[in-house]
Amino acid sequence: MGFPHKSHPKETVVLSQYFGDAEARTYKGWVKRGGYEALTQALKMDPAAVTDVVKESGLRGRGGAGFPTGLKWSFMPKEKKKPHYLCVNADESEPGTFKDREIMRWTPHALLEGTAIAAHAIRAEIAYIYIRGEFTEPWTIMEHALAEANAAGVFGGIKIYLHRGAGAYICGEETALMNSIEGKRGNPRIKPPFPAAAGLFGMPTTINNVETLAAVPHIITRGAAWYKGLCLSNPKSTGTKLFSVCGHVQRPGNYEVTLGFPLKDLLYDMCGGPPAGRTLKACIPGGSSVPILTREETEATLLDYEGVVAQGSMLGSGGVIVFDDSADMVYQIMRLARFYAHESCAQCTQCREGTAWTTKIMERILAGQGKTKDLDLLLDLSENMTGKTICVLSDSCAAPIVSGIKKFRGEFEAYLAGKRQPVMVG
Amino acid sequence: MSTSHDTTEYQPVFVGKVLEELQTVLQRYPNKQAALLPTLWIAQREAGWISDRIMAEVAEVLGLTPAYVKGVVTFYTMYHQHPVGKNFVQVCTTSPCNICGAEAVLKALLEQTGAGDAGATSPDGKWTIVEVECLGACGFPTPILVNDDFIENVTPDKVPDLVRKYR
Repeated sequence: MGFPHKSHPKETVVLSQYFGDAEARTYKGWVKRGGYEALTQALKMDPAAVTDVVKESGLRGRGGAGFPTGLKWSFMPKEKKKPHYLCVNADESEPGTFKDREIMRWTPHALLEGTAIAAHAIRAEIAYIYIRGEFTEPWTIMEHALAEANAAGVFGGIKIYLHRGAGAYICGEETALMNSIEGKRGNPRIKPPFPAAAGLFGMPTTINNVETLAAVPHIITRGAAWYKGLCLSNPKSTGTKLFSVCGHVQRPGNYEVTLGFPLKDLLYDMCGGPPAGRTLKACIPGGSSVPILTREETEATLLDYEGVVAQGSMLGSGGVIVFDDSADMVYQIMRLARFYAHESCAQCTQCREGTAWTTKIMERILAGQGKTKDLDLLLDLSENMTGKTICVLSDSCAAPIVSGIKKFRGEFEAYLAGKRQPVMVG
Repeated sequence: MSTSHDTTEYQPVFVGKVLEELQTVLQRYPNKQAALLPTLWIAQREAGWISDRIMAEVAEVLGLTPAYVKGVVTFYTMYHQHPVGKNFVQVCTTSPCNICGAEAVLKALLEQTGAGDAGATSPDGKWTIVEVECLGACGFPTPILVNDDFIENVTPDKVPDLVRKYR
């Protein structure tokens, strides 16, 4: 449902059914709503059979990459020679994204249940849920739910622990997340080896996003065919997805729709469109790391992995940032560049230098001191920041720059020509 | 900043109940190093910030070097490497909050608490206001953290009440 608003008739409510229902946070309340039935059922199944059901459902990773979940699980060694680990990525830090926070705040047991099922499927005895340090409220709720579930003894031999981050966007990158759990700086690792071969503490590991795991109990109890049937467009994109909508809309919040749903209906019907008297100018559909869409592209987008790519962007995390005609795209792109410059782990030169210089050039343009060749310089920098580093943080900084200059060039040129009031950037 | 040259007597953090708490934390991990982030959280909770001498103590209890611990502390933005005000306020000013007026919220907080500049502490020692990148609550602009209290939908007109409440 469109928390904090009432459910909209066009939503398909699965994961968000109990958002806003405080009783669902408690163990008793969760069991009363059919909770932990899926876990009981899964624990009686062979781990490979659980993986097969998830594979068959078509569920894909909801953290941003969209990798098929069952396939990821199947990469874990068939013959268990070492401890296996599951890491749950609750480091939600992608600007525009706030869905995992809501899942943990309202349905902590849904995440714990999905975590235990996944741990069983990959034969992990320990699962760490990595929650970003700033999520103080979700942490307290998760801690309480975990204590209640442990007291009820629902997890069998699986141990689940919470691990608190300490302020670093990059720890949402799976290998950086593992380093952070190991008590290290959150620097991403070079792949291969992939986590399923050598992950946390050098052992076979799977990393899954909160929303992905919250969907798993539903797939177990209602079946792969039911999940697969939730599809409005491309059969490679199945199930429901939470979209966090923010920025210039009348009713920001989380909305759950079946994949393939039109972005236009989400923004205008559910979110009420831009504030009165304003018109939509641009939209970032999948968290700040994906290319910006124009109004025309936005209104033609179908929300699934393939549909957003067809319009030149990506579904990503489902964090939808809306800009109306009052937004200064040059200033906002500078803010995004600054975000990546601040969050770069500084391992790779292209990223450490590239994000910093991109920000400086953007600030120079805003201050009215830009040069005509700055736009080419930014594009050249972006090219050298794409596909050249250990992780994709650097690529993510380049995405809004490249798409921004291409689609809103006039706004950049207005600053360069002295036709816009310079903005002194603090 | 406190350094190893300080002559004042150092009061260790990891004694008694706090040491017992650390033992529980250690049980969650296969080695002591993995307990570094939670150990630093405990240290910050107890001492308010993480001095060089606390880093040295953490290093000793976990079998690490002080230099290693410092390397980790300096990577993460939430560990305070210097004392902060009684109320440590983090204000999100990243793009989604920015277009909804986050900079006006920051300005109001800086002015009304007397902190003056982002990162500085007010003369009465009660307030440190910092600008942070995305707090992950973009649908509730502007979210701020006052110590461990996560507050949504802050607008400049709500700042006077907030300042009164925490003062």
